[in-house]
Order: sequence, then C-alpha cells, then structure tokens
Amino acid sequence: MSENPNVALFVTCLVDLMRPGVGFASVQLLEQAGCRVTVPREQTCCGQPAFNNGDDDDARAIARRVIAAFEPFDHVVAPSGSCAGMLKKHYPELFAGEAGWEERAQAFAARCHELTSFLVDVMSFEPRAIEYKTTATYHDSCSGLRELGVKRQPRQLLDAVSGLQIVEMQDAEVCCGFGGTFCVKYPDISIKIVSDKVANIERTAAVTVLGGDLGCLLNIAGRLKRLKRNTKVMHVAEVLAGRGDSAPGIAEQE
Amino acid sequence: MQFTSVDFQRNVSKALNDPFLQQALQRGMHGFVGKRADAVSAVPEFEQLRDEARDIKNHTLTYLDYYLEKFEASVTRLGGHVHWASDAREARELVLEICRKAKAKTITKGKSMAGEEIDLNEALEAAGHEVVETDLGEYIIQLAKEPPSHIIAPAVHKTRDQVSDLFHEHHRALGFEQRLTEVPALVDEARQVLRRKFLSADVGITGANFLIAETGSNVIVTNEGNGDLTSTLPRVHVVTAGIEKVLPTLEDMTVLMRVLARSATGQEASTYTTVFSGPRRAGDRDGPEEYHVVLIDSGRTAILGGEFQDILRCIRCGACLNHCPVWGSVGGHAYGWCYSGPMGAVLTPLLKDLEAAKHLPNACTLNGRCEQNCPVRIPLPALLRKLRHRQYEARLTSAMTRYGLRLWTFLATRPALYRLAFAAVARSLRVLGGRRGALSRVPFAGGWTAGRDLPVPQGTTFQSQWRARNES
Repeated sequence: MSENPNVALFVTCLVDLMRPGVGFASVQLLEQAGCRVTVPREQTCCGQPAFNNGDDDDARAIARRVIAAFEPFDHVVAPSGSCAGMLKKHYPELFAGEAGWEERAQAFAARCHELTSFLVDVMSFEPRAIEYKTTATYHDSCSGLRELGVKRQPRQLLDAVSGLQIVEMQDAEVCCGFGGTFCVKYPDISIKIVSDKVANIERTAAVTVLGGDLGCLLNIAGRLKRLKRNTKVMHVAEVLAGRGDSAPGIAEQE
Repeated sequence: MQFTSVDFQRNVSKALNDPFLQQALQRGMHGFVGKRADAVSAVPEFEQLRDEARDIKNHTLTYLDYYLEKFEASVTRLGGHVHWASDAREARELVLEICRKAKAKTITKGKSMAGEEIDLNEALEAAGHEVVETDLGEYIIQLAKEPPSHIIAPAVHKTRDQVSDLFHEHHRALGFEQRLTEVPALVDEARQVLRRKFLSADVGITGANFLIAETGSNVIVTNEGNGDLTSTLPRVHVVTAGIEKVLPTLEDMTVLMRVLARSATGQEASTYTTVFSGPRRAGDRDGPEEYHVVLIDSGRTAILGGEFQDILRCIRCGACLNHCPVWGSVGGHAYGWCYSGPMGAVLTPLLKDLEAAKHLPNACTLNGRCEQNCPVRIPLPALLRKLRHRQYEARLTSAMTRYGLRLWTFLATRPALYRLAFAAVARSLRVLGGRRGALSRVPFAGGWTAGRDLPVPQGTTFQSQWRARNES
C-alpha cells in the first residue's frame, strides 16, 4: 500500500446532521496524516438503527449500498466507534451465509476503521503544534471500546496536545445511556444512566468532556445543558484538529 | 413468583422512584465490580480459563443427552433417584410427591434459582408444608414475601434498615425482643432462628451449581454453609436443577469453579464447596436416607441446538447483572421474573413468553459490558439482538418503530432525498433553537427531551458544506 492511502470518510449521519465540524476536523487530521481523502457523495447511514432493532432486511439493504460506495478505497474511516463497529463487526454477521456478499462484506470490514485507532495504529500519526489549555475527562464509548479495542489511541493522541490535562473519571468505560434508539424508547432508564455518567464527570472537576462518538456526546451534552452546567463537550477529533478553543461545545450557544 | 415482565415499563418507573432501592443499588453494585476486577487480575491465565470453561460447556451441551443419561446411571448406582420434569408443573408435582411420601412438616431450602423458576415455595406452602429458606438473602426476602432481585444476592435491593425492621417484626414471636441494627448481630439472630429449623427439618431442598455425570454428584457452593446443613441434616435431600447444569467430570468442574466465584463475588472460591454423592451409605455418620434429583427441562431442549444455545452455558454467577447499567439503574424486580439483567433478558422470553417479555431484549443499550465479564463468554448482546430480530419477524416490534425504520431505510437508500431531508431538518432545528444552542422541547422527541436538551445542529449539514467548499 502506498504511503498516501486513498481514504474514504464515512462521516456518519449524526456528524452530518448535528456536528459538521467533526467531519471537517476528521478530513484535516487524515490529510495531516498523509491520506488522500474523499467524501463519497452516496453515503447516508450505516444501517445500525435497523440492525439493532431486529430489522435485518433493511439493515442489509443499507449495508449493500454502503459497501458498494466505499469499496473502491484503501481504507474507510469513521469518526465513531459505533458506526465503525457496525461496518467492521456486524456487516460480516449480516451477510453470513449469503453467497457473494459474505466475502465482500468481510473484505470490506477489514478496511474499515474508527478514526483515532486509524490515525495511531495504521498511520502512526502524532498531532503537532496543537494547544488546548484545559482539563478534560474522556468517556470511552462502548462500541469503540469493546468491539474495536479503542482505549489507548485517543489518549495517546491527546497526550500530544500541549496544555491539555486528562483527568480520568470513575466508570469511564461504563455506558452513558445513549444506546441509539434505546434513549428514546426507554427514556427513564437512559436519563438515569446519563445522570450517573454526568455525576462521575463532575467529580473530576474537568472543564471539558471528550469522546469519540457523537451519539454519546449529544446525550451527555444534552443532560449537562438541562442541568445548566457549563462543562464543554467536544469530539476528540475537534480538539486534535486544533479547534478546542475556537469551536463552541456541543449544545453551547454560538 | 408473579410473572410481571409485561409490565416492565411500570416496574421501571416504580424502581426509579424507590429511594430505598436506589440507595441499595448504589451501595451494592460497585462492590461486586471492583472485587471481580481484583480477583481476575490476580490470575494471569483467567482469559484462557474463560475459553476452557466455554469449551467444556459447549462440549457438554453438544452431547447433553449422553451426559444426562450417564448422570442418571451414576445417581442410581449410588442408591439415589433421578426424576425428569418436562415443565415447571411436572417439577413441582415431583417434589411435592417426594415431600408427601416423606410426611414432611418442615422443609429447609438452600438457594436454588431452579426452585424460583418453578415457583416451588408457593406450591409447597399451598400443600401445607412449612418452608424455610436458609440462605440469609433468601430468608430475608421470604420474610418480606418478595422474589429475589439478583441471582446470587437475592436481597441486594434491601437496605440494612429494612432488614432490621423485618427481623424485628418476625422474630419477636420467637423471643427476640430487641430491634438489632448491626450486621453481625442481625446475622447471629438469623443463625439462631435457622439453627432450630435445620435440626427439625424433614426434607432439605437445594439447587445445584453443577451435576457431575461421572460420579452422580451434585455440587453446591455457598458462603454460609447453609447448603450443607440443608443437604445433610434432613432425612430426605431433593436437588432441583436445570438439565444444562451437568458436566462430564469433576475435573471439568474445577475449571468452572475457578471462574465462578471470581466472576460472582470476586472470591477465589466460595467459602463452602460441597460435593454430594447419593444418600448415606452404611457406616456414614451423617447424610440423608433418600437422595433425589429433579432434572428440569422447562423450555431448555427447545433452546438446545438453535441460535440461542449459547445461553445454556450460563452458570448463574450474576456478573452480567453486576456490570449492566440498566440492571444497576432499576434492579432485578423490574424484569418481572426470577432471572434479570442480561441473562434474564435472554432467558425470560425464551423460557416464558416472547411477547409478554418483549421489552426485556430491547431495554438494553448493547454496550457489551456483560459479554466482557461473562465467565463462559456468552455473546449476550448478540443474543439480545437476535431476540429483537425474532420479535421483528413475529411483528411484535411496535408499529411506530417498524414504520420509523421503514421510513429511515427509504431515505437511507436514496442519498439525494436523504441529503435534502437532512438539510431541512438541520435548518428547522436551527430556526427553533439556534441562539441557545439547544432545545428543551422538540416535537416527536419527547423521549429525548424528558430529561435532556437536544443540541442544535452546528450549521447546515456536513455534506452540503463540503460540496459548497469543494465545488466552488
């Protein structure tokens, strides 16, 4: 493979809609790491809502289109452990036993990555001359952590940001209560879980909360905002791209 | 116990609004998680042990008929009796018949989830027997007339204060006047009450952590020694166990033992591990005169050989409950049956009713912490997802979810339309709440905004901004 791989950005539906800055930060980081970045126009959603609700046929219908649109690239990178986990772990399950598609899904899965793990493990990237003077705590999103082993990579990257101090919270690896459609189907439980998460965040006295999955971050930011807290919530890519100070946090006034 | 899974939503709000329960959960759960982590980190080969434990269970399940018959032959050789129960009713009747023949007045019980599963206490009491639970946690909830809320810590939902009240209320008649508040004193009082029961019981009923085909033994682990007194003091010992509890050999059991206690309570081993093999032999100083094992199917063979077989590896350690954020928020009773948490959310729809328990597989964030901590590597999130698929196929998924998914798929498979729709939604949300950065109320998003604000999009969609930049 060339030193400048062709990388397709799978921007994810939540970033596309809610936080375009994460998409631009991802492109910037991938380019700094030496990738040639394309944003395939035909992309929509990874199909996870259907898959997690038992609607496998619809999940497959979406997955076929994603595979076709992203297959031509050396790598597919998503700024989300959840969506990357869907492409990498669950597409092969979805097509298990389906002639033609099973091999295709497996070959495709092998080239899919979550952003921070791609930057560290594949591109050996180190951010340079990035400053963000703050204390931050890092929430490990479940899919990235448990399906893809994303834990050390974002911390290693954030280590290179000058002025940034990471304070680990208790239960950093415990779910925030988002869970995709779970958060609207079982709002009482979801809100209880995110309240526990917010309590752990507040005990660190960190000024900023970082994470690698927008779903979790919207959930945490939404709860903090409801409690009228000023804790700033950002995606790790935004900080690594040097936007820690310039971009307002999620749910923050512009 | 009453089967209330169908009322899951109502059970949840009750649980979330119960300050005693919330206090008990807060206190109870962190202990288990930390202790497991410490115990596991002290065993460098723990991950290999989990593989071995999984493989042993898989092998046994593959040849379950063979090992069950071997177990029966071994028990018979020892002079014991094996009874086969195809469902809960048959299991109850078999146990009742044994108790009737033994002319049992008092029956002591060790903790048995199989017993809970078949509603054994209710049946025995209805037949006029005095039934006494001897595990301290089970004893507490028996006094409170409640079902267990956790498979290894049945009274974890009770605060110490509530236990003080219960003991004071029930033990006064037995000559214990004082309301005790300290844990050692409470335990001591329970021990004195239970000691009398142990000595007067006619039949002792226990569960089994393992059944050993090679030796015809049942193995139980406890921390109180109550299982040993229940098994050895009465004239008749009855074991109730699911058919998946069998293991080929004692050697296999040692592997499972090494992962069980560490996963459950973070102990290296439970305080008491006892291997019971048949009735008292000539020359034995103690032990029961009669030894019975009631093997319960009750839906298990229907799971065997199918896409949910992995759940039959479960050794009832409770680690998945302890590591589940949903269980930690609502406790076990909300699930509405004796099994709760991730393993309960898989077992209840399969053993009881897919439709009545339809919330259980869905009330899960699929965070995967259960699977990460399961000693026999049951892929719980995958099984829960498969149950959701089964529900979807059976049209048990709510109409709103089904239509929502159809609409989503319609858009997601039409990129141009999808981009237009997303741009429109981004624009509307910004019009509604751009200044404040978040919305506290949004049409059709009441679930989200019940306790959270909805962050407002940062601008137009990424895709439209990207095109604008790259096409200009």
